[in-house]
Amino acid sequence: MKLIILNDYDQVSEWAAKYIRNRILLFRPGPDRYFTLGLPTGSTPLGCYKKLIEYYKNGEISFQYVKTFNMDEYVGLPRDHPESYHSFMWNNFFKHVDIKAENTHILDGNAADLQAECEAFEEKITAAGGIELFVGGIGPDGHIAFNEPGSSLVSRTRVKTLAKDTIMANARFFDGDLSKVPTMALTVGVGTVMDAKEVMILITGAHKAFALYKAIEEGVNHMWTVSAFQQHRQTVFVCDEDATLELRVKTVKYFKGMMYVHNKLVEQLPPQLKNN
Amino acid sequence: MPTNKSVSDAPITQFINCRILRDHRLQREDLWVREGMILDPEKLFFDEQGYADKHVDCGGSIIAPGFIDVQINGGYGIDFSQASEDISSGITFVAKKILEHGVTSFCPTLVTSPPSVYHKVLPQVKVHNGGRHGAGVLGFHLEGPFISVEKKGAHPERYLRTFNSGGIEDVMVAYGSLDNVAMVTLAPELSNSQSVVKELCQRGITVSLGHSVANLSQAEEAVQHGASFITHLFNAMLPFHHRDPGIVGLLTSDQIPAGRTVYYGMIADGIHTNPAALRIAHRAHPSGLVLVTDAITAMGLPPGRHTLGQQVIEIQGFHAYVAGTKTLCGSIATMDTCVRHFKEASGCSVEEALEAASLHPAQFLGISQRKGNLDYGSDADLIQLDDALTVKATYISGEEVWRKGL
Repeated sequence: MKLIILNDYDQVSEWAAKYIRNRILLFRPGPDRYFTLGLPTGSTPLGCYKKLIEYYKNGEISFQYVKTFNMDEYVGLPRDHPESYHSFMWNNFFKHVDIKAENTHILDGNAADLQAECEAFEEKITAAGGIELFVGGIGPDGHIAFNEPGSSLVSRTRVKTLAKDTIMANARFFDGDLSKVPTMALTVGVGTVMDAKEVMILITGAHKAFALYKAIEEGVNHMWTVSAFQQHRQTVFVCDEDATLELRVKTVKYFKGMMYVHNKLVEQLPPQLKNN
Repeated sequence: MPTNKSVSDAPITQFINCRILRDHRLQREDLWVREGMILDPEKLFFDEQGYADKHVDCGGSIIAPGFIDVQINGGYGIDFSQASEDISSGITFVAKKILEHGVTSFCPTLVTSPPSVYHKVLPQVKVHNGGRHGAGVLGFHLEGPFISVEKKGAHPERYLRTFNSGGIEDVMVAYGSLDNVAMVTLAPELSNSQSVVKELCQRGITVSLGHSVANLSQAEEAVQHGASFITHLFNAMLPFHHRDPGIVGLLTSDQIPAGRTVYYGMIADGIHTNPAALRIAHRAHPSGLVLVTDAITAMGLPPGRHTLGQQVIEIQGFHAYVAGTKTLCGSIATMDTCVRHFKEASGCSVEEALEAASLHPAQFLGISQRKGNLDYGSDADLIQLDDALTVKATYISGEEVWRKGL
């Protein structure tokens, strides 16, 4: 596991975006070789998307040969509802870059058969050759995607009932009205994310400090589903100073001492890589 | 990437690098057009997996809905009220010229005329969409002859009429037909006027109050019967009085039926309305303000004597007078000039200035589901402007119909 500690949210966004950029460029995607990217929604990754858009507009990167798979979507929320994750992805990322509609995949929370929709999603990931890099965020209770506390750590894509905490936290996006907040979602499982070749998790803010501590300093526990990634071969946590508040000084110092190594991962790549 | 052919084969144009006027504000968004209509790109992406076939780089300019002029008497030497054998070619000529002012649709306006003129002119021009041939015609605006003698302005007194035969019969005798008529300006204090207001509104014609000495309660009654517009506010009506504010009082009346808005035309040419009066109206009732040119024959022509309806008028500088008098008889300002002047004089936002010439007229004419805005599904009648609100290009149904310097 890598733990990247940066000063603030903006630096986290930039570091993560550069990391994604470099991973795509180094992969050398092409018509017969798509880079598969798992994507989150929510406020944490917003800055990262903004940076990726900037790199696209600068000509540093193209999404022409990138396939995306989103982590989750609400059940029963109209697709064009401003809080749907389809709307989120369209407004905050897709419409700004050159990604092809047929290469984007978001679970359909309005599918007639939700279970079949989830199974089909897993099949699509498999057909695409698995996920190269899965990017995620976590909730203050350590949930990754909608894998609420207590979710199986080998779970697959499925219908999930949301925890009361999550519903209450989301009420702010639905006029503060609890009754308007969807109570169910489709989500990839912890196991689905674990299958990715690489996982990057963004954690910012003091309110997520305890979750980060549970994620990396305590044991693997299904009450903190993100802790499962302790057993993943290649996971990188990217966090700000605030999120480290519950960590041991020793842990923080150890990882900070390696920043000069880790920062090499986000250095500008030679230009010949840009033209796929 | 090919577009999904299951929905439509028509090519898709994406206007990029622009600020579009939507939901009352300028937004950094692309504008997508297919089959002459504005397309929802999110639906296109998720439902059809479709893409734009063509990109138009707007170079950072503003994209706004095309202007709608509901009061224009002519221009470039053409007078719509002159009963020529071929009024339609005159209207077509003006329709093409006003594209460069950003006007994409308009209501050719006829001032008070004898019945023979209406009978001859009205059947000649049908409501039609705009295009390369010129701005679209939304229907005639018939200003008179059912107006007040005292407030006739430049209208010839000998052709004024009343509703003495009972109302709508008088209307039909004068006009002959109401086909291709979008709006009628009348004086609500004329006897039997209220039943005419009701009847016209039922037939889908917008009734405007003007050239009138009506008091406020008469004006309110007309609004309750369906009237929704005031023709060139302040001009040709009683001046504002605090015990009876007259038609002007409609701007702040509490007798307007719930859910209804009274709109009012403003000739923002800097001459017909003092800027202070313009500001009073705008601050009292911003959402009802509609910019009109009230342009006459001489719009686009040099100074001198010209014909308006049955009268001779004289152009001096930016003023147009009834020849030999100091009575104003219409303006020679273009719509884009009015928009810029309105913004400057009122201190309003760019958005408000543009909507006063697009959204508001579409709203009171009842066509805002397809014109006057850039909402998904609306007609792609658009203009490209720089930050000084100079029109750079005009599009109708998504097709470029005029461009500066071409």
